[in-house]
Amino acid sequence: MEKHVGTDRVKRGMAEMQKGGVIMDVVNAEQAKIAEEAGAVAVMALERVPSDIRAAGGVARMADPSIVEEVQEAVSIPVMAKARIGHIVEARILEALGVDYIDESEVLTPADEVYHLNKRDYTVPFVCGARDLGEATRRIGEGASMLRTKGEPGTGNIVEAVRHQRLMQAQVNKVIGMSEDELMTEAKNLGAPYEILLDIKRNGRLPVVNFAAGGIATPADAALMMQLGSDGVFVGSGIFKSENPAKFAKAIVEATTHYQDYALIAKLSKNLGPAMKGIEISSIEQKDRMQERGW
Amino acid sequence: MINIGILALQGAVREHAKALQAPDVNVIVVKKVEQLDEIDGLVFPGGESTTMRRLINLYGFYEPLKDFAKKDKPIFGTCAGAILMANEIVGQMEPHLSVMDMTVERNAFGRQRESFEAILQMDQIGNNIEAVFIRAPIIKKVGPNVTVIATYDGDIVATQQGPFLACSFHPELTDDHRMHQYFVKMVREPAIHA
Repeated sequence: MEKHVGTDRVKRGMAEMQKGGVIMDVVNAEQAKIAEEAGAVAVMALERVPSDIRAAGGVARMADPSIVEEVQEAVSIPVMAKARIGHIVEARILEALGVDYIDESEVLTPADEVYHLNKRDYTVPFVCGARDLGEATRRIGEGASMLRTKGEPGTGNIVEAVRHQRLMQAQVNKVIGMSEDELMTEAKNLGAPYEILLDIKRNGRLPVVNFAAGGIATPADAALMMQLGSDGVFVGSGIFKSENPAKFAKAIVEATTHYQDYALIAKLSKNLGPAMKGIEISSIEQKDRMQERGW
Repeated sequence: MINIGILALQGAVREHAKALQAPDVNVIVVKKVEQLDEIDGLVFPGGESTTMRRLINLYGFYEPLKDFAKKDKPIFGTCAGAILMANEIVGQMEPHLSVMDMTVERNAFGRQRESFEAILQMDQIGNNIEAVFIRAPIIKKVGPNVTVIATYDGDIVATQQGPFLACSFHPELTDDHRMHQYFVKMVREPAIHA
């Protein structure tokens, strides 16, 4: 019987199944189990969470494969892992390890300052960060099967994720409202592949799911991003940098499902203990902002 | 009009809503237990079965969903949805809702890189139906009252037991809506499977 692996439908479909869910950063089997127990739809296996990467400085690379394997063995939900932007071999290693999704991520130090990965070459699907529709459609053009806002990772500050989500939404709506003869100029202005803008216009939405990421620190933050139209959320440092990760993780999952049930989110937000301390964006120099990585 | 609900705790809800469209079908996105009273049939979408189960417990859906099934109201589960319906899951002590007499094995084809598309033949529903398998389960064993609707390479991938329909793939991700039309018919004409 003929079968086809790694098709767009199979890769994008995997992300569709994650909708309405929370994907959590974890650094070991114990955290992965807490995440699964709390109702995460997937985990991102890392060596360090973004706030620790930010604090440590230096070059951030793909996690040690033994961490990825440890997490894969600990849980039955999908396991994702990050490769450096443009690092063909890190991505191939993660694919060989059997991770379910690769995040070509600006949280790690880029390996290539000119080219992102040609994600169509791989059987494993990719998620990429984007700040606007130009970046988003370039990544889709390269074969990304899922998008996320870049936000500003490891800050516990939602402001950049909100900015990226609002901008992308506004640009998508603009494209949908344009007439087809205006699209080529819009493609030129955005640096976007024309065919993908045409697809967005004809179908009335992005062709892949778009999650929120980068700075989500509380249940209310997660609900805010859902309300702004995100399909789901990634929570990085927010959970395991809080004082009671299990409780925090559950609260974020619930707030994401019921993002318009404010009485419930109020209840969830009680006595969670302090969230991560967080960083004001203007105090981070432009060159140190992770969102500036990639293009 | 018939009302068909989609359990919307997590997963691919929009795709099912599109696939269920028919002039006499009103689709209801079910997030609260009370909504189960308004519907004639229910879809369990694809997603993560462990996540869905936790949310089912958390929001008090467990008993109401069992009651819904006891009334013999039609239920259609795809992928994670089929796992929720099985009465035995390989390697797990407890099943979830246990509404169909079948044993499923989770992620039985492998990880995401082994996920695939194939064409299936189904006597009851139609030929050459596109199927998208994503970290899909396999139905390893079925009871005497369960009809096998489709197999892929010898493995059972779709089944029916009276008003309950399950498949391990995602018909909602294709533009071929014949499986959904079949389910709508099950809801529309309860007598045919009673």
